[in-house]
Amino acid sequence: MPRIGVDVGGTNTDAVLMQGARILASTKSSTTEDVMSGVVASIERVLADSGIACADVDAIMIGTTHFTNAVVERRHLASTAAVRLCLPAAQCLPPMVDWPDDIRTAVGAHGWMAHGGYEFDGREISALDERELERIGDEIREKGIESVAISSVFSPVSDAMEREARDILATRVPGGRFTLSSAIGRLGLLERESAAIMNAALQPLSERIVKAFDAALSKIGLGCPRYFTQNDGTLMDADFVRAYPVLTFASGPTNSMRGASFLTGEADAIVVDVGGTSTDVGALVKGFPRAASHAVDVGGVRTNFRMPDVYSIALGGGTIIRDAADVGSIGPRSVGYRIREEALVFGGDTLTCTDVVVGLGLAEIGDAQVMHSFDRGTLVALKHKIDEMIAAAADRMRVSPDAIPVLAVGGGSILVPDRVGDLQVKRPEHFSVANAVGAAIGQISGEVDRIFSLASMSRGEALDEARREATEKCVAAGALPDSIELIDQEDVPLAYLPGDATRIRLKVVGDLQEHSGEGHA
Amino acid sequence: MLDIGPEELDAIEIGAAILGTGGGGNPYIGKLRCLEELKKGRRIRVMSLDDLADDARVVSLGGIGAPVVGIEKFEQGEECLRALKALEQELDCTVDALISVEIGGANAMEPMLTAAQADLPVVDGDGMGRAFPEMQMCTWSIYGHPMAPAAMVDDKNNVLIIRHTASEIWVERLARAAVVAMGAAAGLASAPMSGAFVKSAAIPGTVSQALSLGRAVLQSQREHRDPIEAVLAHEDGRFLMTGKIVDLERHLKGGFAVGQVHLEGFGHSLGDSGLIDLQNEFLIFRRNGVVEITVPDLIVVLEADTGLPLTTEVLRYGQRVAVLALPSHDLLRTPEALGVVGPAAFGYDELTFDPMPRSR
Repeated sequence: MPRIGVDVGGTNTDAVLMQGARILASTKSSTTEDVMSGVVASIERVLADSGIACADVDAIMIGTTHFTNAVVERRHLASTAAVRLCLPAAQCLPPMVDWPDDIRTAVGAHGWMAHGGYEFDGREISALDERELERIGDEIREKGIESVAISSVFSPVSDAMEREARDILATRVPGGRFTLSSAIGRLGLLERESAAIMNAALQPLSERIVKAFDAALSKIGLGCPRYFTQNDGTLMDADFVRAYPVLTFASGPTNSMRGASFLTGEADAIVVDVGGTSTDVGALVKGFPRAASHAVDVGGVRTNFRMPDVYSIALGGGTIIRDAADVGSIGPRSVGYRIREEALVFGGDTLTCTDVVVGLGLAEIGDAQVMHSFDRGTLVALKHKIDEMIAAAADRMRVSPDAIPVLAVGGGSILVPDRVGDLQVKRPEHFSVANAVGAAIGQISGEVDRIFSLASMSRGEALDEARREATEKCVAAGALPDSIELIDQEDVPLAYLPGDATRIRLKVVGDLQEHSGEGHA
Repeated sequence: MLDIGPEELDAIEIGAAILGTGGGGNPYIGKLRCLEELKKGRRIRVMSLDDLADDARVVSLGGIGAPVVGIEKFEQGEECLRALKALEQELDCTVDALISVEIGGANAMEPMLTAAQADLPVVDGDGMGRAFPEMQMCTWSIYGHPMAPAAMVDDKNNVLIIRHTASEIWVERLARAAVVAMGAAAGLASAPMSGAFVKSAAIPGTVSQALSLGRAVLQSQREHRDPIEAVLAHEDGRFLMTGKIVDLERHLKGGFAVGQVHLEGFGHSLGDSGLIDLQNEFLIFRRNGVVEITVPDLIVVLEADTGLPLTTEVLRYGQRVAVLALPSHDLLRTPEALGVVGPAAFGYDELTFDPMPRSR
């Protein structure tokens, strides 16, 4: 069952063709201006190199930064209506209140607050007002808005009102696209609502992108099912990515980490992904990236939906060393993609981290001769500092006192020493396309995050119930029921609430259900 | 009179969270609400305790509820203002100034935004100098001013007057029971105090303290200097340790999050082990099994790299933190105060409060 994994990054487009655990072909090329022609070329190359026929490819998995870039650049964002069910509570802070002005303007700054919403224990704050919502729906239609985000206070406790409000609004906004906050985020109304609004604003773009990928794939002659990778390392089908484009945010680092795990066979590890300008460090727990527990800033907007916990430092192969005699002068600037012109070993006149590694004989790139003019002690001191920077970042992400390995991936991973602190470093083959491998091996997930009352059930029963819910979601998303396993579970007791309220966050994953061959729309 | 603008609010957000010693709720939402008031053209004015007239009427107020509800069900917006008005109506009086009951955490912001709505000044001080889990742990109660009559208002404009209570703890008990029915969020204003009493019982200057603490952290971040040093240089504080969280237990006991944080030292603290007990706030710090700091002195846990304060609910295995201690005010160190906020009040009968020395 051959699979193709593609990872479209800001700089590079990588692709691999895998059969089971074997990598039959891989390619790395610069991301093209129009993106799709680079994707087509990469897929055609791995097909040609492997000799696999289009008809034999079982599935294609795509990781893309399209949607993150749209938010960061404030481009291709649709005019969006934000409708919050909360009154009379929560009116002190309207939707998008903490957004930077430019992105609020980019989505049109259309917010409404209506009656509805829940208390922490599931009681209604007020009843849903059908008339009120119909009036809001009329206003939305009159403004010509088609993307709508609906949020409700405590919708992680119950999403019934958000669904009901959607049904009412849909009667007044024909052709509207709706995002419910309960489908995306966790507790924390502003952050969850912001993620929902961003998602709604990206939906039209996501429809165009899915269409463009479909056109590209049919041009190549690939009729197999295709999936997009989410930021937890699992897959979503085309319908799902059309509905939830924000879930692709940060899928690049996630794919790298998952690929590193697969290539080394290590499920619990620190992953150090060294590029030209920066190093991303993350932690793998049971083969998946650990999720950030804090609010994550996307394009200046605080959101709290699931994102990998990644710590980045300004250290890469192209990082500039301003003064060889001063270990404090490493970075933060980098020559970036111009490394092949500007680094000393490539005939340039800028001292970079790559030059130090080559000068010490730790890697063979370019012309090592030019480094002979440097005193060895100077280079050793610089390398020592680089090692220290990597060790500090790795230690920060370490999740247990166990001696887990450090997995070094990415084009700049020659910078990583053989030991990071007390941890052994592993360097997988195909380390430079770990992200495309991560895409190719994607699984399906199901997640639950809500408050349970332990007054009427034990902690164990609550965890079982949460697990049952997550499993149902996972199967609904296309997972093979027998393959589903628990990969993450956390319960936090909530202070001051009666009935021993506890917040349970839990995630399961399973293998992709095989499709019967017909095209998957 | 100090006018509070957006820059000051950013700093107070951080400073108030530092003084929250792990609890008190997140001031972020409150900061946004203050910014909304400023956008409406209202002013947040902070007056010095010294400028308060002896016969001024001062009301202490704040939000009551649960931190997790605070991030999900924000207030309607005028809960505290309505509680203030209800109190004025009940007692047929007018109030001259507001003061925070608790500077640590979210309740640093609540009096400021209410003062903006009511066009009243906020007094530079508070009733705790930090965060504590219960209302009777404020200096107003400790030094003899009953909180009742108190007014409590929720998002639906249910107004509750607690006219009289048998003792101060009954205000906490009754309000806690009522707030659950109200959806775990309400504003509470307690009986007006005289300016003279506030001058004797308030922890002085804590709004400015939060402001300058936050500024120290923000400035050190801008200048890429060590924020921990900045806090220590600025405050009369003591460095306890830098450590990595190697174990973390949290569970519920009587509605409170109770637990322990185990730290393994790094950097200057290599070889040391630390243990912090928490009950909503950080209460006790032990180094290598020996008690060094106890409540009411402030135990502050900061993210080692950024200097940003961490609350008990965001602590996580593997985090690298710096632990500092700040001395509590003398008003929290008297026998009357220690009976309410000393170690024994939190169930540590075997510990006596040994005040950390002040260096200036």
